Amino acid sequence: MLYTNLKHIESAEEHAKILAENENVMVICGRMGPMCIPVYGIAEELEKKYPHVKFYDMEFDHPEAHVIRDLPEVRGFMGIPFTIYYKNGKVVKATSSIQTKPQITSILDEHLATK
Amino acid sequence: MNTNYDTIIIGGGPAGLTAGIYLSRSRVKTLVLNEGTVGGQMILTHEIANYSGVESVSGYQLANIMKKQALSFGCDIQSNISIKNINFEGDEKCVMLEDGDRFTAKSIIVATGGRSRTLGVKGEDKFKGRGISYCATCDGDFFTNKEIVVVGGGNSAIEEAVSLTKYASKVTIVHQFDHFQAFDHAVLEAKRNPKINFMMESSITAFNGSENLESVTIKDLKTNEIKEFKTDGVFVFIGYIPNTDFLKDKINLNKWGEIIVNSDMETSVKGVYAAGDAIAKRFRQVSTAVGDGTIAAMAVSNYIHDLKTKQTASCK
Ligand SMILES: Cc1cc2nc3c(=O)[nH]c(=O)nc-3n(C[C@H](O)[C@H](O)[C@H](O)COP(=O)(O)OP(=O)(O)OC[C@H]3O[C@@H](n4cnc5c(N)ncnc54)[C@H](O)[C@@H]3O)c2cc1C
Repeated sequence: MLYTNLKHIESAEEHAKILAENENVMVICGRMGPMCIPVYGIAEELEKKYPHVKFYDMEFDHPEAHVIRDLPEVRGFMGIPFTIYYKNGKVVKATSSIQTKPQITSILDEHLATK
Repeated sequence: MNTNYDTIIIGGGPAGLTAGIYLSRSRVKTLVLNEGTVGGQMILTHEIANYSGVESVSGYQLANIMKKQALSFGCDIQSNISIKNINFEGDEKCVMLEDGDRFTAKSIIVATGGRSRTLGVKGEDKFKGRGISYCATCDGDFFTNKEIVVVGGGNSAIEEAVSLTKYASKVTIVHQFDHFQAFDHAVLEAKRNPKINFMMESSITAFNGSENLESVTIKDLKTNEIKEFKTDGVFVFIGYIPNTDFLKDKINLNKWGEIIVNSDMETSVKGVYAAGDAIAKRFRQVSTAVGDGTIAAMAVSNYIHDLKTKQTASCK
């Protein structure tokens, strides 16, 4: 279980619904480990600053996390978390392993900006 | 927003949070400024089983309890901040953040801990998460039946190399010296493991590949011979360095960059204290960081009391 303060995605169906209903979505797919926790922490803080982006996490070992693990954009990724940025349901960016706050905000500003 | 404090604690690991708990509880107006996620290295630890009074707890949970405790006493905490400049001189200290915020305080506690050392060679950034990892428990399973390299010769490197043999078909330990710093029993266990090979007196000088890591360039430090070594992954465990780069020329550091303090955790600058892994000391644990944080907080409490008494007297 991911005991973060982010909203959790529990199934493939829920994942699809979130993408269908929201323009800008960031999903962090990981475990409760040292490379993932800092990314959840940054996302928790950015929720207030980026109200137009929906932030979620999903447990990497959940069987339905195949919706993330099988994405072509994560082929070759060998470090968790897999963090996926979606615009209108499409993957616009994906990163592997720990990221810093400036790295994350620059992706949000570039790919998930408000019009 | 509140910008004037009695104490600013730089760093929100166990040392900083403990100091925050003590100071706030004694009504000293305190702000903790933390660069990353609050909790420091504790959040890198899956299980802490040697913290007295707590049988077993994940580092993340222990960090959150300490944070909650500090907040409950009125301590202000800001995380994911970045310090632009500091001024330790005089009775009023000043900390400026990259986002333009500016805070002043009568005293400072530096509790910035340490971080994993990276190799700092070509390709390291590019292949992070694409073959290079710093955490065996996080990423080990991506390397099932693959051939990998572990860099380092201390306890973490040797113990993680052994644990990675659960997944990898072959582990090559690359170490710059002809002997290991790790405990003998750990080295013996590694030497007995048929999946582990050793490449001593060697260092990695580059990471190569197109999308993913494919090989490393290795230099033989005895002969200076350079060779390319095919590998699916590299785990780097080459020790820790204190987070004190921003303090150079501001307070006295030793040659390893560790902060020099007296038994009250006071640094070379009046009103500036330090605690935890960032100070010059031999043993670095959560419990020692907590102890240092306690001493620093109590010393700061006295310092502020004396300063206020002095100021009141001078007004009479
Ligand atoms: C993998 C691992 C396992 C461990 N296991 C154990 C264990 O089982 N038991 C045990 O007792 N100890 C363990 N330790 C050691 C223990 O975690 C440390 O000794 C302890 O966390 C040190 O506390 P600290 O508060 O001094 O520093 P840290 O925990 O390093 O915290 C420092 C904080 O300061 C912040 N910071 C750094 N620079 C700045 C800056 N410029 N501005 C603002 N903030 C800054 C950092 O982001 C961090 O949050 C382990 C360490 C590691 C890495």
